[in-house]
Amino acid sequence: MNPSNGKGSISTASSSGAWKVGDVVPDQFPAGLRVLVVDDDPTCLVILEKMLRNCLYEVTKCNRAEIALSLLRENKNGFDIVISDVHMPDMDGFKLLEHIGLEMDLPVIMMSADDGKHVVMKGVTHGACDYLIKPVRIEALKTIWQHVVRKRKNEWKELDQSGSVEDGDRQQKPSDEVEYSSSANEGTWKSSKKRKDEEEDTEDRDDTSTLKKPRVVWSVELHQQFVAAVNQLGIDKAVPKKILELMNVPGLTRENVASHLQKYRLYLRRLSGVSQHHGSLNNSFISAQEATFGPMSSLNGLDLQTFAVTGQLPAQSLATLQAAGLGRPTAKPGIPIPLVDQRNLFGFENTKPRFGEGQQQHMSSVKPVNLLHGIPTTMEPKQLANLHQSAQPLGSMNVQVNAHGGHSGSLLMQMGQTQSRGQILNESAGSHVPRLPSSVGHPVISNGIAGGVIGINGIGDNSRGIGYNQVRPTSSMLSFPMNHTSELATNSFPLGSTPGISNVTSKGAFQDEINSEIKGSTGLMPSYDIFNDLHQQKSQNWELHSAGLQFSASQNANRVQGNLDVSPSVLVRQGYSSSQTSGQNRNVSDMGRAVFSGVESTQQGNAQIIGQQHNNFLVDNPVRVKAESIPDAGSQSILFPENNFGQEDLMSALLKQQQGGIAPAESEFDLDGYSIDNIPV
Amino acid sequence: MDKNHLQRQLEMKRSLLDQGYLDEQFIQLEELEDGDNPNFVEETVTTFYANSARLLQNIEQALGSRPIDFTALDNCMHQFKSSSTSIGATRVKKECTLFMEYCEAANAEGCIRTFRQVKQEHASLKTKLENYFKLARQGGTSAGGHAGRS
Repeated sequence: MNPSNGKGSISTASSSGAWKVGDVVPDQFPAGLRVLVVDDDPTCLVILEKMLRNCLYEVTKCNRAEIALSLLRENKNGFDIVISDVHMPDMDGFKLLEHIGLEMDLPVIMMSADDGKHVVMKGVTHGACDYLIKPVRIEALKTIWQHVVRKRKNEWKELDQSGSVEDGDRQQKPSDEVEYSSSANEGTWKSSKKRKDEEEDTEDRDDTSTLKKPRVVWSVELHQQFVAAVNQLGIDKAVPKKILELMNVPGLTRENVASHLQKYRLYLRRLSGVSQHHGSLNNSFISAQEATFGPMSSLNGLDLQTFAVTGQLPAQSLATLQAAGLGRPTAKPGIPIPLVDQRNLFGFENTKPRFGEGQQQHMSSVKPVNLLHGIPTTMEPKQLANLHQSAQPLGSMNVQVNAHGGHSGSLLMQMGQTQSRGQILNESAGSHVPRLPSSVGHPVISNGIAGGVIGINGIGDNSRGIGYNQVRPTSSMLSFPMNHTSELATNSFPLGSTPGISNVTSKGAFQDEINSEIKGSTGLMPSYDIFNDLHQQKSQNWELHSAGLQFSASQNANRVQGNLDVSPSVLVRQGYSSSQTSGQNRNVSDMGRAVFSGVESTQQGNAQIIGQQHNNFLVDNPVRVKAESIPDAGSQSILFPENNFGQEDLMSALLKQQQGGIAPAESEFDLDGYSIDNIPV
Repeated sequence: MDKNHLQRQLEMKRSLLDQGYLDEQFIQLEELEDGDNPNFVEETVTTFYANSARLLQNIEQALGSRPIDFTALDNCMHQFKSSSTSIGATRVKKECTLFMEYCEAANAEGCIRTFRQVKQEHASLKTKLENYFKLARQGGTSAGGHAGRS
């Protein structure tokens, strides 16, 4: 079989060279495209996997929708495209489609033996980017990469139009957009985005700590004020100057407001775009209905509960936020803030990093764990304790994740703590989130997309809470400290302000927060895509890996290392293929996604990750990478050793969470951080 | 590689195709085989039969219930049909289609009758494929004609 791109074999080591500066698309592309294929039929799954591998893609197969979702949540930036069957026993394919669209914003292709017009139309209305009739032929799969490119282009364009997110913090180089031209990036073709993000992150980070730049930490309160001001003025008339006046916050500059507004607008735009797609879904989370999110309502409910429970503060703030954001007068001080609302809040409000408040504080006040889901996990308490100890905001984040432990679903947070839970994906058994650390803050953001895309997911995913907003550390947003676990920060704003990384999809503002927090603490918030950045700092990354930093530690490698000890698993997951090989990513494709599963399994021992690939991956993985990472991972107990939440672990967990999105509630804030429901615009 | 074996293998395949037991999809699967997965087709078919037994069981159960839930029955059969299609089991697929038509018409008897045919075709193909793979192995090639792979 000849690979679609004509390459006879997957060249593992070519990655670093693959992307050249200025290249629009890396030579290897679409090889290495990271595909997640979901189908309950094992025969079809195996055939598809083989076909995709023959196309030189990196394949992860999954036979359950729930598992797929958690995989996606845990690895916000881990996949480029999803292919899913329509008829599945545990979850309707269209529902999965909606979730993915909202939470991760990845292109999704539906497949079915059913070619009835009605079904195909349903695919269209639910936002599928394509529909394939079974039996699927390999020719049809050879061109699926177009959907990824297209989406990215659109995202970039969108971001670009809004202007740079940060006042010049981020340089969105048009040439870098979307494209895969990331000179510095390692093999992955998303790296360009990530790189940008990373660069930005770096900048941000510096600023945050030193206040050299007028980087504002958009705390929840601050954001709330912002939204209130915007609403008061009317979104059309809301100009930075007036908003600034209304907010009347000393020290806040017009530029700060302007860039925040930009992000907010993007978020809203996204929201409206999404709502068109998923009308019902949007409604669910837009309307601050009590936990009526929609499919995830149950989860949401949990989150909400946990959320509320975890900390009064969060709940209240949430309520306030909600009220503010939504313009609703109800400020439920209590806990049960409708998840939806909260989520939305988070998504958007989360962006307000609580930095100011001290990450730790948040954590302590909030019991992150609970937030997440309410899943009663024994770990939670421990985790929480650990988290607190770690004093890192991340910790809290992590906790949150674990909290849900029980949730098989999206527990994003698997923050390391869930290691025990480990069963990653395949096990739908509650704990599913085993992904631990990775789940936390899945660095999805790393792509720098953080900005726009990220945002919102934070909360959404997990419904559990911490909305790991994928906040990218990008300068402005960042601050969304994860700590807000309570806030489920779904950071609404595309944190990273990094335009476009569509991949980021990670809604997790959370992530950003985490990142940001991490930044604060560690000074580095590696963009999540560590993998991407790996090339730069491979060695460093590795450390990160062990630390569990998935996020493009590379950028911050230096910094991160010290701080983030992200569980390698996180990195591994995706990173292995990508980061590790710094460019060999693609090659890993042979292994399939397995990467993370492999890694995880290694680390956790559970990793029943999907598909054997993972295992294979580990084994066959390009030596370079493996050597580096695995050992680290191994030693580091990759996903955060359960009770061992070192800062780093937490960090990674948080990151993971962010990425993974804690159990993304379906309607979760898919809003890139702006999930503010009903933001009167 | 034993020329005779290979020859016979090809002839058998040709015959299966001509008689409509298998279709183009099966050829596609064979084309997917490569050095990394030399026995891909056989493995896939094995997976299919392992899983299809379970699916058939589901249908059996649905058919046995009274009153018959035709929607559930249709869903079950849809899954089975989809699976069969993926390996190119044409005759099986045809019977499945017929079955589903009866389902739609809520014709219990038609369903029961057709289901028997489905099972029959399913079993018959299994035997043929087993022979085919055996031949392939004997010839030192995989089903897809790859030589010498263990």
